[in-house]
Amino acid sequence: MEHIRTTKVEQVKLLDRFSTNNKSLTGTLYLTATHLLFIDSQQKETWILHHHIGSVEKLALTTSGCPLVIQCKNFRIVHFIVPRERDCHDIYNSLLQLSKQAKYEDLYAFSYNPKQNDSERLRGWQLIDLAEEYKRMGVPNSNWQLSDANREYKICETYPRELYVPRIASKPIIVGSSKFRSKGRFPVLSYYHQNKEAAICRCSQPLSGFSARCLEDEHLLQAISKANPANRYMYVVDTRPKLNAIANRAAGKGYENEDNYSNIRFQFVGIENIHVMRSSLQKLLEVNGTKGLSVNDFYSGLESSGWLRHIKAVMDAAIFLAKAIMVENASVLVHCSDGWDRTSQVCSLGSLLLDSYYRTVKGFMVLIEKDWISFGHKFSERCGHLDGDPKEVSPVFTQFLECVWHLTEQFPQDFEFNEAFLLQIHEHIHSCQFGNFLGNCQKEREELKLKEKTYSLWPFLLDDQKKYLNPLYSSSSQKFAVLEPNTASFNFKFWRNMYHQFDRTLHPRESVCNIIMNMNEQNKQLEKEIEDLESKINKCKNEQIDGVLTKELLHPVHPESPIIKTSLCFKEQTLLPVNDTLRTIEGSNPADNRYSEYAEEFSKSEPAVVSLEYGVARMTC
Amino acid sequence: MEFAELIKTPRVDNVVLHRPFYPAVEGTLCLTGHHLILSSRQDNTEELWLLHSNIDAIDKRFVGPLGTIIIKCKDFRIIQLDIPGMEECLNIASSIEALSTLDSITLMYPFFYRPMFEVIEDGWHSFLPEQEFELYSSATSDWRLSYVNKEFAVCPSYPPIVIVPKSIDDEALRKVATFRHGGRFPVLSYYHKKNGMVIMRSGQPLTGTNGRRCKEDEKLINATLRAGKRGYIIDTRSLNVAQQARAKGGGFEQEAHYPQWRRIHKSIEREGASILIHGTEGTDSTLQVTSLAQIILEPRSRTIRGFEALIEREWLQAGHPFQQRCAQSAYCSSKQKWESPVFLLFLDCVWQILRQFPCSFEFNENFLIMLFEHAYASQFGTFLGNNESERCKLKLQQKTMSLWSWVNRPSELSKVTNPLFEANSLVIWPSVAPQSLQLWEGIFLRWNRSSKYLDEAYEEMVNIIEYNKELQAKVNLLRRQLAELETKDGVQESP
Repeated sequence: MEHIRTTKVEQVKLLDRFSTNNKSLTGTLYLTATHLLFIDSQQKETWILHHHIGSVEKLALTTSGCPLVIQCKNFRIVHFIVPRERDCHDIYNSLLQLSKQAKYEDLYAFSYNPKQNDSERLRGWQLIDLAEEYKRMGVPNSNWQLSDANREYKICETYPRELYVPRIASKPIIVGSSKFRSKGRFPVLSYYHQNKEAAICRCSQPLSGFSARCLEDEHLLQAISKANPANRYMYVVDTRPKLNAIANRAAGKGYENEDNYSNIRFQFVGIENIHVMRSSLQKLLEVNGTKGLSVNDFYSGLESSGWLRHIKAVMDAAIFLAKAIMVENASVLVHCSDGWDRTSQVCSLGSLLLDSYYRTVKGFMVLIEKDWISFGHKFSERCGHLDGDPKEVSPVFTQFLECVWHLTEQFPQDFEFNEAFLLQIHEHIHSCQFGNFLGNCQKEREELKLKEKTYSLWPFLLDDQKKYLNPLYSSSSQKFAVLEPNTASFNFKFWRNMYHQFDRTLHPRESVCNIIMNMNEQNKQLEKEIEDLESKINKCKNEQIDGVLTKELLHPVHPESPIIKTSLCFKEQTLLPVNDTLRTIEGSNPADNRYSEYAEEFSKSEPAVVSLEYGVARMTC
Repeated sequence: MEFAELIKTPRVDNVVLHRPFYPAVEGTLCLTGHHLILSSRQDNTEELWLLHSNIDAIDKRFVGPLGTIIIKCKDFRIIQLDIPGMEECLNIASSIEALSTLDSITLMYPFFYRPMFEVIEDGWHSFLPEQEFELYSSATSDWRLSYVNKEFAVCPSYPPIVIVPKSIDDEALRKVATFRHGGRFPVLSYYHKKNGMVIMRSGQPLTGTNGRRCKEDEKLINATLRAGKRGYIIDTRSLNVAQQARAKGGGFEQEAHYPQWRRIHKSIEREGASILIHGTEGTDSTLQVTSLAQIILEPRSRTIRGFEALIEREWLQAGHPFQQRCAQSAYCSSKQKWESPVFLLFLDCVWQILRQFPCSFEFNENFLIMLFEHAYASQFGTFLGNNESERCKLKLQQKTMSLWSWVNRPSELSKVTNPLFEANSLVIWPSVAPQSLQLWEGIFLRWNRSSKYLDEAYEEMVNIIEYNKELQAKVNLLRRQLAELETKDGVQESP
């Protein structure tokens, strides 16, 4: 609390980001240890987690006060006007401190307490079990085995302890190969396709320079191709643009020389590096944050940001993987420079195209745990969890989520989860509320004792599963029903529900997804009610038969009783209204304007799990 | 003229048809007066029937004796025909060119089409101006029907019957007509019952460079506002363009002469005010604006019938020159300057609003696509001609079938009905931020990609909604049964 000088400021204005006539709400701003809170005059609350704050900016003083603009990593942008400059300055300074922590231990996850006991917490961490996942894929088997080479993180600090490698690759070969690979990240199994007996493997770039060779590395690649009985050729996919890879050779790194490796086919796929991606997103956000943006400026800005071109490049690379396995039965080895950004994107997306399990709620969690968390995608650096090098920050994982979203748009029935699920995961890679995404690799996470000191996100998402289910999901699809997305450029569109998730005025006012979700839910209740009613009716009938049998002897039955007639007029009841609560339509009265709607959107209450409910509940799928 | 003269080769065998997402089909190509037909005589392949009037442009290519014709349609479909024999190919191409650009309207398909369905309701009489006026007359007595244009003499592009302020007589209307472009004097487009405010439309005033005035025009426009009320004259052109129009005898209203009115050249924020809208002629952007405003304001125009009435009132009767605007489309290189996708742009705007309020419309996207198709090429007479006067002369009512006769039958209605519809009596304010607008994939990507998965998902959605209705009905039935049984029980137990 030592950073907080002012805890409460009154008469603060919250401006509407997209309003053309500067509408605003007046309320009180509170600063807590974990959140910034704004309560407007209608008692609506806007909570902003300090960790979500990407930048705070104090603009030049105006007649109405001192403007404070806060940009969040979940793409929320709020614009406050604080009446007194001194208060504004205090808040500004506090937020600067609070939003950039120096130590992991000061992050929210270490103080967050959802009132669970130790065993519940531990069970939560055990929910996703990668050993179980490799078993599901079909390894170990006669060609692939679990290697204990990295059990103590001796060969590669950024890999997990448990790695699967070709059975014929001996430990000296692995060790030799790891010395020839950047950061020791030697080729290991990422996904095994049981039907095709082909594999997706991953690694970092070889330290080949202009001419260096490594026999062990060559052996290891040969072992991978031999582990595939159907095709002795394998692809080596370098996800970087060729120029970048060539430039790396001067630094003693580089790419595989086809002549030195028997049976490989080498391929560049041209995904740009983290710096290009970072500035691309920055450009995109600059464009779509413009007030009074014209259609022309929006589209030319979208184009020149290059963002969708990058999304397409990742998608194309993943399709390359899926095709290699499905069409040619070939195994694929994927790398970029260090093998933790583009490689994670491509391997995980490729597996998701191939295996329908990853398109379920649980399977998607497993996929993230495997290809992102366990293989050392540097979440803390890429998301800027701590006050670190801003050049390490990059929206690599956001791009992965966006690729998945594009797939859900093309294949609306193939995903068990909906868009809200993707947005919620995105919310939490930055929230630092759960331990999953803290740290940059498994070794670091163990040192931080995350499993003892923090909670796992996944059980909370599973408990809330109802919110994240795609009502149109058709689970009948086969395990290996491969998705073949169309990547003609017109399929790539701006993901408004991500980049404007808090700008409610930009979204459809009625959500088809939510209506169908609720209807599905209601159908289940109705089915149950029908069962109940039927059994009651049967019971009633049986009783009556019994009753008639006994009573007939005593009283003659009056068939035309007036009471029976009235009962026929039983009023049709309207059952649980499905749409009413969901629909948000503005009235014709100019007084009930869009802003009140917008205000509601800001009013995120603070549940145990910071939930996106208000942010996305009313958007369309 | 006989079609036979234009058809040099009526039939070619072994023609191969290429379409996106379908395997190539080999079959016999036949040309008739109005159709291009490709039939493979195999049970499992659909025949291709293409209206010549749907063809916008064709390209020919030759590789040896094999000719290829690429046909680009007004509905944006592109197909390719491989035709063996150079002469056949050339003949087919020139026939298609001639048949798709017939000069005479009376040679067009609607005059030859014999409907194979039973007409339940004659669409030519579905939306009579008198009936439409009745919807207003219960709410206001400030307006009247005028028959001043009965013979189309006052304004050739107006219908015979229009709605005007009650206090303005026909004589004054005639004078106003001489002061407005194309004789298009201000008429009522929409009356908002909730606050009595109106939308009127007209052609530009012919003020010219010396600022000509018209007493009757000023009187008419000022008569529509009660004391203390304010109105806006929306000129859909930019100020610059409007000023230039004066040099050609056109122009815009001087605010000094219309004291309660303010003239603007852009959109306005909402406030309870009346509106007069015009551009130059008042047959294009004016109609886009008046009809979109009604979609936003008036729940009825968001129903199937109400939307049909809107098209009838604000486009057909109001004199949008469909014949000129839709004669050619995007692919044609020899377009005339009067060709313009004004109506498509309007439908796109409606689609954008439908996307934002997916439950507030009784119709779905298919309805809009259907209207787009029929505006450009159709077996029905509805969109023929440029105005009511021309339609009258063509005797369309007697000689052709109305599109509405076909659409307003249960079997067609079911295809265009939105399963999510729930009547919404409110005004629906769409977002016009660029981030909120989307490419209308149903039109512009329709032939560029397979919509299989999207169609299946839509079907699944319909199933869920249908199932929900079924379950609700069943629960109600069972509740009633149970209530009956329980009462019976009660009766029996009571002495």
